[in-house]
Amino acid sequence: MKREVPLFITFFVGTLLIASVFIPPAESWGENFSVYFDIIAVFAFFLGGGNLLRIHLQKVASKRPDWGYSIVTLVAFLVMLAAGLFKLGNPGGISGNLTTAQSWFQILFQNIMSPLGSTMYALLAFFVASASYRAFRAKNRDATILLVAAFIILLGRTPFGTMLTSWIPPQYDLLQVPNLAIWIMSGPNLAGQRAIMIGIGLGIVSMSLRILLGIERTYLGDDR
Amino acid sequence: MLFRVAIAFACLFIIAGVAGQPAGDTALAVQQTIAPVTSLIATNHEYDNGTGIDLIWVPSIDDRLAPSRVTGYEVWRSVVGGSGSRIAELPAGANKFTDEQCSRESTYVYSVVAISVAGNAVSISTAPIQPAREWINLHRLNLLAIAFLVSAAVIYFIQSARSGKKLFVRKIAGLDAVDDAIGRATEMGRPILFIPGIQDMDDVQTIAAITILGRVSRVVADYDTKIKMPVSRSLVMTAARETIKASYMAAGRPDAYNDDMVSYVTDEQFGYVAAVDGIMVREKPATCFYLGAFFAESLILAETGNSVGAIQIAGTAMPAQIPFFVAACDFALIGEELFAASAYLSNEPKQLGSLKGQDVGKAVALVVIVVGTMAATIGSAWDVTFMNQLWSALKVVFQTN
Amino acid sequence: MEHGAKSRYEIPVLIAVVTLTLVIYVARHAEWFGYLQLSAGLSLILMLLVAGSLIWILIRTLDGNPAGRRMVFLYVAVAVVLPLSMQLTQKIEVTPEVNQLYRGLQALPHGAKVLATFDYDPGSAAELQPMAETFFKYAFDRGFKVIIMGLWPQGPAQANMALTKVLSEERYKVKSLRYGVDYVNLGFQSGNEFVIQRMGGEFKSMFPTDYNGTPYDSLPIIRNVKNFSNIDYSFNLSAGYPGTKEWVLVGVDQFGFKMGAGNTAVQTTGMYPYLRSGQLIGILGGMSGAAEFEEITKYRGKGTKFMLSQSFSHVVVVVFIIIGNVAYIMFERGRATEKKKKA
Repeated sequence: MKREVPLFITFFVGTLLIASVFIPPAESWGENFSVYFDIIAVFAFFLGGGNLLRIHLQKVASKRPDWGYSIVTLVAFLVMLAAGLFKLGNPGGISGNLTTAQSWFQILFQNIMSPLGSTMYALLAFFVASASYRAFRAKNRDATILLVAAFIILLGRTPFGTMLTSWIPPQYDLLQVPNLAIWIMSGPNLAGQRAIMIGIGLGIVSMSLRILLGIERTYLGDDR
Repeated sequence: MLFRVAIAFACLFIIAGVAGQPAGDTALAVQQTIAPVTSLIATNHEYDNGTGIDLIWVPSIDDRLAPSRVTGYEVWRSVVGGSGSRIAELPAGANKFTDEQCSRESTYVYSVVAISVAGNAVSISTAPIQPAREWINLHRLNLLAIAFLVSAAVIYFIQSARSGKKLFVRKIAGLDAVDDAIGRATEMGRPILFIPGIQDMDDVQTIAAITILGRVSRVVADYDTKIKMPVSRSLVMTAARETIKASYMAAGRPDAYNDDMVSYVTDEQFGYVAAVDGIMVREKPATCFYLGAFFAESLILAETGNSVGAIQIAGTAMPAQIPFFVAACDFALIGEELFAASAYLSNEPKQLGSLKGQDVGKAVALVVIVVGTMAATIGSAWDVTFMNQLWSALKVVFQTN
Repeated sequence: MEHGAKSRYEIPVLIAVVTLTLVIYVARHAEWFGYLQLSAGLSLILMLLVAGSLIWILIRTLDGNPAGRRMVFLYVAVAVVLPLSMQLTQKIEVTPEVNQLYRGLQALPHGAKVLATFDYDPGSAAELQPMAETFFKYAFDRGFKVIIMGLWPQGPAQANMALTKVLSEERYKVKSLRYGVDYVNLGFQSGNEFVIQRMGGEFKSMFPTDYNGTPYDSLPIIRNVKNFSNIDYSFNLSAGYPGTKEWVLVGVDQFGFKMGAGNTAVQTTGMYPYLRSGQLIGILGGMSGAAEFEEITKYRGKGTKFMLSQSFSHVVVVVFIIIGNVAYIMFERGRATEKKKKA
């Protein structure tokens, strides 16, 4: 019974939503279900937030390795929660608007959240370089194609690429590195992207059918 | 001088007055310096819930001058037996509008006002019209047919697999490596890290990740390896816990299961990445799985995993992130392979049958792409009517709206 | 034991990082960086020095000492940071997709209503914020009415940051642009693509008030904007989901408005199919897209400045790819064939 009820709900709601695409009066159902999902997800946040608090409090209490970081996490979590939810340090008080520049929430967001997010994203520059250094090696035919394409795209985006091949006469200008880079992006890359997208689309159909028909039930914790 | 100013004020006054209430008789009283729109027709908007009415008209003749004397159009609507109101302002050159705020119970009359600096011109009103509701969207019949074809193929192959027919499924290296990767972690006495992407349970990629987690955690339970799963969504946390718990029960070791195997970190993308990177650097997992929907964090995670010497198996259906996983991980599941993974790992005939059904869809796509490309090329190069028609027909069939 | 050894390093490193951050923060606000601008000649000498040291690394590699990850990181850091204080400019070639976007904007009449949607957060601001600033400058100069919204919670805040910056410039101060008349920020609404779907019916149903809580109908700029049919153009800045793809599939496909987009470099490759099919009118891809947009609109700003960093780091990566391949061909490949022979 514990498995049958969720399977029935999945089948019923899934079929209903597929049908709603083709039935104009039912078109808004998909939207409504999405709103229901959001509501459930909001309540589920209490579980997540609670779990975060519990794990880190335990870590601090038992002074497990690296418990100092847990204190940072707890303080950051509670301060931001107080500034956002209880509008602590908000000029207009609890009924005021959080978007005013002087509120603690905005100050924390602009001066801590924002630079920290940018910092993590900026790590990409370093990791792209180290990944390219390691992965773009002419190990076999496929890797060599990858290497050549990467090389052209990277060079094509720099004035160096323009300089290198500007001597090529205009009638063969496709062979100039920047143009080759554009061609790779809008030719082979585009074709590959579309093929992958078609594959993904069909994969989703097949996976959804397995779930709707109850053949795939691992996600319910059923391993039969 | 004073006389001119007085005239200018008078003109302004009239314009302001007209812009305020054009549908009334006062509008007609003003000297019409531009021609109104003509042939205004209102029709029911097809295939909706009875909320839309389409308007189409021929723009004012003065709108065809260059530069146009018309500055824009206003659409006015009045309910029969009620008052009128302006429902839209459109730029010059506009010749159609869809009113999507109608009610099935009411009857409406529309008029369009051409606006110019010199004065406004009101069109003749439409005949009263009541929007109608349709029960089936015939515009999407093609989509329905394609969906039926693909679904029927999937179900057919599931059935034929159930009846014991042997099906060939190509090898997926990344999935064949799962057992070895878990075995490695067991030998080294280090944990396994499982990242199910950063989207919630309403994303089919996350569901695919959780189905694979079911298979992975079963092996983990058998081998008695440690698994760590920091997640960025609360619902994913609860779903993953259920899945792992069931795997431990199936392995006959419910006592070894612990809720802390799965922990919630944060919904914030880069905050989550920072936390996971920290876990990787501190705990040095022997094996990392990245399966699900990933964005910019894909490479940050994969490179950190690589630097701590983990074997990495990744899979995503985000086309932009696939190259990063291919470059930085030992094995990468590309697009559809993520969705096929659970079926592949289960090795159950009926699950594998569903993969076979996908191939029918691919065959159709392949044929249509080849035929369509040829038809478009030949048709435009040599102006072959039949080829052009074929191409247009294919476009109609595969258009989604 | 091991843990103790680790924490011995951690605290000095932490102190060093915090100090450096504070110094940079103070320097930025005290305008110290103004003195650090290197002349063109000095910049070229520095670049040659970097190039020379890269050749040295190549020679070391040939001698059997390939560079490690940390060396790559160091060079990327130098390549990114150094050009920021160089007085060099780089010639920027405008690609067809940026040109297309610009032509789409040019075709709009004075006073056109433009929906600017901000679907990103501070993480990707480095790439997208310059695009936002250029877009606002262009829009205000052309007299467009700009309606701002976001499907990401932080999006509208990013828009406000760009707005504040642009409006503080003298050129726009004198225009005395008014909130609610010339531009408006509707704020964030949750629900991802369903927000777009519902906006197809009525904007007001999703945004009963603007970002500051002012009722929709009391804002002159949008009083007569019912839905997408009253919008002349839509400009989307996106860093993921929901983003350009959702705007195309749900918005453009169903409601048929014109749309151009700016994306992070990583995401741009995935948008090319929509560009080719005509569902998108032009796209700005990453930092180079931002720089090209500045080039074509003649508002040179951050994008153009950062472009030098990007080009420099691209060249550094290319050189390291060459070094990596030299090392591979000289040493590892030989080892791999030896292993095969033994087997």
